[in-house]
Amino acid sequence: MADLSIDFCGIKSPNPFWLASAPPANCGEQVMRAFDAGWGGAVWKTLGVPITNVSSRFGAVDYAGSKVIGFNNIELITDRPLDANFKEITETKKKYPDHAVIVSLMVESKEEWRDIIKRSEDTGADGIELNFGCPHGMCERGMGSSVGQEPAVLKEITAWAKEYSSIPVLVKLTPNIGDILDPGVAAVEGGADALSLINTVKSIIGVDLDRLTLLPRVGDASSNGGYCGPAVKPIALHMVGALARDPRITIPISGIGGISDWRDAAEFLALGSTSVQVCTAVMHHGYRIVEDMIEGLDNYLEEKGMSSVHQLIGRAVPGFKDWGDLDLNYQIVADIDADKCIGCQLCYVACLDGAHQCIHTDNGPCSAWHGEPDHGMNPRCEVAPPQRHEPRIADKPHVPWVDEAECIGCNLCALVCPVPDCITMREIPNEAGPESWNDHVAAGKA
Amino acid sequence: MTAKFHETLGADRLESKFPDAKPLYTESEAYYEANRCLFCYDAPCISACPTGIDVPGFIRKIATGNIKASARTIFEANMLGTSCSRVCPVEVLCAGACVFNDLNGEPIHIGRLQRYATEKALFDEAETGRKLFEPKPDTGKKVALIGAGPASLACAAYLALEGVKPTIFERGKLPGGLNTTGVAPYKLHAESSLDEVSWLLSHGVDLKTEVEVGKDVTADQLRRDYDAVFVGIGMGDDRLLSFGNENNPYVLGATALIEAIKNDAGFQLPPGVKTAVIVGGGNTAIDIARQLAGLGVEDVSMIYRRTAAEMSGYKHEMDYARKEGVTLVENARPVKVHQEEDRVLGLRVASTVTDQETEIACDLIVMAVGQESRVHALGLDIEVNDRGHVVVDLETMRTGREGVWAGGDCINGGKEVVNAAADGREAALDMLRSWGLQPRKWRYSPSV
Repeated sequence: MADLSIDFCGIKSPNPFWLASAPPANCGEQVMRAFDAGWGGAVWKTLGVPITNVSSRFGAVDYAGSKVIGFNNIELITDRPLDANFKEITETKKKYPDHAVIVSLMVESKEEWRDIIKRSEDTGADGIELNFGCPHGMCERGMGSSVGQEPAVLKEITAWAKEYSSIPVLVKLTPNIGDILDPGVAAVEGGADALSLINTVKSIIGVDLDRLTLLPRVGDASSNGGYCGPAVKPIALHMVGALARDPRITIPISGIGGISDWRDAAEFLALGSTSVQVCTAVMHHGYRIVEDMIEGLDNYLEEKGMSSVHQLIGRAVPGFKDWGDLDLNYQIVADIDADKCIGCQLCYVACLDGAHQCIHTDNGPCSAWHGEPDHGMNPRCEVAPPQRHEPRIADKPHVPWVDEAECIGCNLCALVCPVPDCITMREIPNEAGPESWNDHVAAGKA
Repeated sequence: MTAKFHETLGADRLESKFPDAKPLYTESEAYYEANRCLFCYDAPCISACPTGIDVPGFIRKIATGNIKASARTIFEANMLGTSCSRVCPVEVLCAGACVFNDLNGEPIHIGRLQRYATEKALFDEAETGRKLFEPKPDTGKKVALIGAGPASLACAAYLALEGVKPTIFERGKLPGGLNTTGVAPYKLHAESSLDEVSWLLSHGVDLKTEVEVGKDVTADQLRRDYDAVFVGIGMGDDRLLSFGNENNPYVLGATALIEAIKNDAGFQLPPGVKTAVIVGGGNTAIDIARQLAGLGVEDVSMIYRRTAAEMSGYKHEMDYARKEGVTLVENARPVKVHQEEDRVLGLRVASTVTDQETEIACDLIVMAVGQESRVHALGLDIEVNDRGHVVVDLETMRTGREGVWAGGDCINGGKEVVNAAADGREAALDMLRSWGLQPRKWRYSPSV
């Protein structure tokens, strides 16, 4: 078994899997159950001046029979009394001394920050996380993402926290900005011990087409919320990666955004996260998902010959290059495995309508009701419609084929193919050697 | 109209003992099944459908909750899409061609999705009064259709929507053809068939029941009074092999027996029947075998002159029959009924391989070896082939006689409802074109 334990700016955790500051980390009873299930740490639901929440506060995007591929909320910070929260944090940390307990905080004035940090420290918590990310409700009161969107303010408040806190300070960033490096660098300059990101993306989850109002509907209206879940993972990866490769970011990163399983987690770790935080997947399926995350990551590390999770962290960071440095001579083409092909022709129509018209079929007359647009592009087409082509594979006439001379290697066909490993992208050897756009520019060719 | 049909049908029919083998999907069943569909391009299920329904297209519309449009997609290709969703042998048609057979062996349940879309949409139409299809203005054309089975009903519905006035002449009491009288009751009860007929008629089709062409009205009269005649009379009486005993109450024709089970109020099997032998290897033979087994006949066997692999009955149906206890005797032909007065004691059969004779003890014999043609009874001078089937041009469904089209079982000796529905559509559209009328763009894939 690989060593999954991490040291995150001095915070020790038995594994990199933490609950994000959100409903699954709302109270002591929940967090303790999560630790029992296997979670290595938890960032407590944000504490601050108590608020009142609305009823009807979550919304989701379903897609083609899959539930909650995207999720949004208009819930605010904790609506439970601070005393209760601090009492439960103390109990939790006492009962689970080896787990990471981090308290998320969001208040306004310097005095409020001083007081709440003091009380957080008194619980025995391992760290605090400054919530500069929440894009709904609290930002309108000058907190949350309204801080994360102003690097100077973010830096100043971070500095306050560092002034008062003797435990590590994480700064949680909002993705609702132009360049994640601006708040990231500001946090480092403010003295933050670590970054966590992304918080939710400002969103409207949908429109109620019967009542013609917004979702999630609160009476006859709704408000913008924060979007998260599997659909935001690529956005989060981009921002985590951007920070991880910037030399000014010298502090560890806790990756957040659509992490649902060990694969997602491994990707965030490879792209520079030291820990990962999970909310939506737990809200969807419960704490039990961590079992697969632990075992999956362990098996993966073992297969890759890594004895510790620390050996994975940041390994994919150098894989990022500016577009101008990518090799323009790298060429791949699609290969369709006729044995595996089931003849759905999703690759064909995707290429025909959505890409470069280089996949062809033989199973119908070229002038068939749907086939006509393809006729002129079909290099095999020497017969006048409506005659048929002889299928290349007599007993599987529905198998499409790739005109390799025309294939630009865009991957679309492989992406839409429902059969595992049926369409693969094959590299065409290139004798010219790599050449990038920037090479072209340098050589005066562009 | 529906109420009147149901009244004619009467209650206390044996078919009501058979529950629906594949009940209407619930909303969640339909949602998850529809979302499983890959939405293939040039999908093999479309080519496998004799009416060329855009199957992935209608399934996608179920997945998005666009049920009305889904049903329209189905009906435009197949006006009998409701009954076909239940009676089609999807295992050898659309679902048999589904790519999931190769992907994980679980083809999309296309028939059940089609039933969901069509029944939901028709229910909604009945509730709201918003019709799925509105007829075009009257063209002044009139068409007489002989026989109220699927072929005529499909033809008449398309004609009515195209502004033609169709009149169907049906010699029986009830319309619907085999959908009403012959389809296995675990697939479709007569009531559902009649509901579908009522919907089809509601587009402006006139139906005259208990009017027999060739007897109550002559074919020549129809040709004079109408702009076109469509022959959709299906097949006639059960063929009985000539070994005597035709009048024995314990030797019955399969379609007649099925019709009695489905339609006749108070009908019971002949008293004391415990063992039945079915002669034949087609789908009608399997159907009656399964029905007799389902009605409690303890020992049901089929005899067929060749091997199981050569049967015209579908393998999946024979598999169901076997599960229900039906046995198959291969390579056997009937020789003589062993009887004592009116009672049957057994059927003597001879091996088609060795000619050796044996006797199968039984107290009921059902003949399922095809039906007679009854084209001659129309008194309509149209060409038939050596089997008595009407000869038509399969592109246009025209008979050799000017102004006379034909389709359905009477041209092929007995295929599926879906084939009849396709024939009816093609005939209707050809009639319109023959009059220089441009039909609306009905969405379906031309048969390949």
